[in-house]
Amino acid sequence: MAVILTERKEQVFCKGKDSFDIACERRSVTGSVSQRACVFCGSRVVLYPIADAVHLVHGPVGCAVYTWDIRGSVSSGPQLHRLSFSTDLRENDIIYGGENKLYESLVELIDRYKPKCAFVYSTCIVGIIGDDVEAVCKKVSIEKDIPVISVHSEGFKGTKKDGYRAACEALFSLIGTDSPRKISKFTVNLLGEFNIAGEAWIIKEYLRKIGVQVAATMTGDGRVDDIRRSHGARLNVVQCSGSMSYLAKLMEGKFGIPSIKVSYFGIEDMASALYSVAEFFKEDPAIMLRTEELVRSEINKIYPAIQRYRQALQGKKAAIYVGGAFKAFSLVKALGHLGMKVALVGSQTGSKDDYKVLKEMCDEGTVIVDDSNPVELSHFILNNRVSLFIGGVKERPIAYKLGVGFCDHNHERKIPLAGFEGMLRFAEEVYSSVMSPVWQFVPRQYSVT
Amino acid sequence: MLLRHTTKEIKDREALLVNPAKTCQPIGAMYASLGIHRCFPHSHGSQGCCAYHRSTLSRHYKEPIMAGTSSFTEGSSVFGGQANLLEAIANIFTLYDPDVIAIHTTCLSETIGDDIPQIANKAMEEGKVPKGKYIIHINTPSYVGSHVTGFANTVKAMVSYFAEKTGSKENQVNIMPGFVEPSDMKELKRLAGEMGVKAVIFPDTSGVLDAPQTGRHQFYPKGGTTVKALKTIGDSIGTIALGQIASGPAAKALDAKCKVPYEILSLPIGLSATDRFIDTLRRVAAVSVPDSINEERGRLVDILTDMNQYLYGKKVALYGDPDQLVSLVEFFSDIGMKPVHVVTGTPGAKFETRVREILQSTVPDVNIRVEGDMFLLHQWIKNNPVDLLIGNTYGKYIARDEDIPFIRLGFPILDRIGHSYFPVVGYSGAMRLVEKVLNAFLDRQDRDAPEESFELVM
Repeated sequence: MAVILTERKEQVFCKGKDSFDIACERRSVTGSVSQRACVFCGSRVVLYPIADAVHLVHGPVGCAVYTWDIRGSVSSGPQLHRLSFSTDLRENDIIYGGENKLYESLVELIDRYKPKCAFVYSTCIVGIIGDDVEAVCKKVSIEKDIPVISVHSEGFKGTKKDGYRAACEALFSLIGTDSPRKISKFTVNLLGEFNIAGEAWIIKEYLRKIGVQVAATMTGDGRVDDIRRSHGARLNVVQCSGSMSYLAKLMEGKFGIPSIKVSYFGIEDMASALYSVAEFFKEDPAIMLRTEELVRSEINKIYPAIQRYRQALQGKKAAIYVGGAFKAFSLVKALGHLGMKVALVGSQTGSKDDYKVLKEMCDEGTVIVDDSNPVELSHFILNNRVSLFIGGVKERPIAYKLGVGFCDHNHERKIPLAGFEGMLRFAEEVYSSVMSPVWQFVPRQYSVT
Repeated sequence: MLLRHTTKEIKDREALLVNPAKTCQPIGAMYASLGIHRCFPHSHGSQGCCAYHRSTLSRHYKEPIMAGTSSFTEGSSVFGGQANLLEAIANIFTLYDPDVIAIHTTCLSETIGDDIPQIANKAMEEGKVPKGKYIIHINTPSYVGSHVTGFANTVKAMVSYFAEKTGSKENQVNIMPGFVEPSDMKELKRLAGEMGVKAVIFPDTSGVLDAPQTGRHQFYPKGGTTVKALKTIGDSIGTIALGQIASGPAAKALDAKCKVPYEILSLPIGLSATDRFIDTLRRVAAVSVPDSINEERGRLVDILTDMNQYLYGKKVALYGDPDQLVSLVEFFSDIGMKPVHVVTGTPGAKFETRVREILQSTVPDVNIRVEGDMFLLHQWIKNNPVDLLIGNTYGKYIARDEDIPFIRLGFPILDRIGHSYFPVVGYSGAMRLVEKVLNAFLDRQDRDAPEESFELVM
């Protein structure tokens, strides 16, 4: 069995050994086991955390089932987003069209749940049978007097990134439809923060402490009214650049709101996110003073514990394979704090610029991969004697089969890893997975066929 | 209260599914395909379908799931997916070297009308299929049937692609296990072995999706029905098809193709259904039932008699796949419990009749819904509360809101382990099931008992 397919040679790079530009943003090699998903998936995960909206999946039942409450985005109030709504298109609907079913489903949903807004996700089939989803949404919107938004997320119309874009467009259609209220001079929006395991709450608390208000979080613990009024904020703080930088661009164009790119993961990135916000609001120097104080005290709180974990983890190797490359940057840095070496790092959807950054960040010998697959991942993990794999749902069982520790940095994470306290929890999680005594029972197989 | 919006008042819905009790065909096809040794399932559609099925199966089995996709783009959905599929076939054989590629369709490729056998033939003509390797295909339009239909269609494809009649009989029995867990398939093999019957079980995901930790990521674990074995099913003396929906169509197809007589039975879950399975196997293979199996049965009956007082009259709500539900309803009725609500998302005309027949004297007013959803089930439970809820993981919301003991059984189970390793079929499977049911009732009794009546001996 070949490890690296010829067509993929330029998507697998070893620092210090290779000198080509990493190929990326390519279509996956057909037939290879890609870890990527579709447009619908991209839209669905971005909009999913809006908790007081209904999310109706227009298509056969599967797409609604596979995205039913799979993302640990927590809400402090309504839990509507955790239910699964499908128009359940059947054979007849494919022949005669699904518009009636869509209309009736929407009316039923809105009457029953009284949501603030409804999102209608188009799946592959809707793009083929040609339902006029837009028209149905408009009609229901007028009849029920709430925004009913058609999300153009037909699965085959691109990659997950195009799904992010469709979600951004859906959000953008809401923004500015209500007037901002009770907003201080120092107000931001958090973009690309999904409140997995309550992470947005940690960030909001830091911001509150330094004197900065959050108008809307998009979309973690999201509320429709906050989004509608979010154009009142002065700055967009954008995390996870892949999913929401497009929305930031749209908002800058229409409302003149500038944006900064940040990551809340790891000590430096969290600190630099807060400093960037403080710097933006430098008209009030007190904000910067408070930020310095906060960063100092938070680091002091976690530093001794992190050093203890570092002693145990020093020199051990890790592999990273995540959706967006931006997350990989933070992970490389965070693992550095734990004294760990990154043997492999890769993403499903990284861009040329992303890989340039990764190349600079990584040590000699680190393998960098784009749109990788289980054969490649297993090969590099075993041959580099990695002790930790960081990835998502499809990577977890591979790690365990190879007998290495695992940390979920995707939808299935159960504990918040953002912020300074998140860094400590990350260290705890890495430590407990890597140091678990169960690995001693694994028959070690260091050569792969 | 996560489901706080669920109202007691039930209004008929014209459209809209709320919290489905089924999913789509392709995932059933992917699961069944993994029950062929060295088979690589391939999803002919968008990348998302394959990612979702792999994720769901990974969550259910805690195992890596390997499958490919044609990665449809806008171009392929206009011009057809032939180019993608041809390229995929070549890549898969080069890269992953399977014995069989099992290609299933999706709603997208079905609707644009890709002709898979024609594309597979083209791949053969172009020399993309190495000698001794196979391509099979399964039509699995997501807008017809459910995941169970996808499974059934795949078993049928195994028959139409592999079954051969050589004219000389093999002294063996075909067992189609239905859409059950690897543990169940393994238990059926054990029972056949115990009776001295040579059996070909297909599909067989045991040894594939319950693979041991080997320190290696094995693309093709040891298990699965081999192509060699599948080639002999046309010469078997008979077929026992377990589960009307999941196995019925394949059994009929094999009879039509190779004249192998068949009997379609309920899944052997519970006492009576297992009795019928064992008896049929005895009759078809012309063997006698060994003492060891009679003793297993005796132990099950012993538990039932020892603990009868905790079971009698208890109301249970069930949801899931029709083949499982029919057997569960019969078993619970056999042991004195009352199935009062039964919901399946999978369409099928005979299901309701069959369940009513079983319950006609014990629960004549049972609520049954075919093509129902979890929302309706919840409403029924609000109107007529139950002592126990049984079904896949998605029932946990209802169980929590209504504070009902809950047993996970069915597909998918995303939050517990055990189903891969411990069967529910056969007498020992029924013992496990009863143990779970009793524990649920007794734990609840302990939890709710006031101090003075908190009992040590139960």
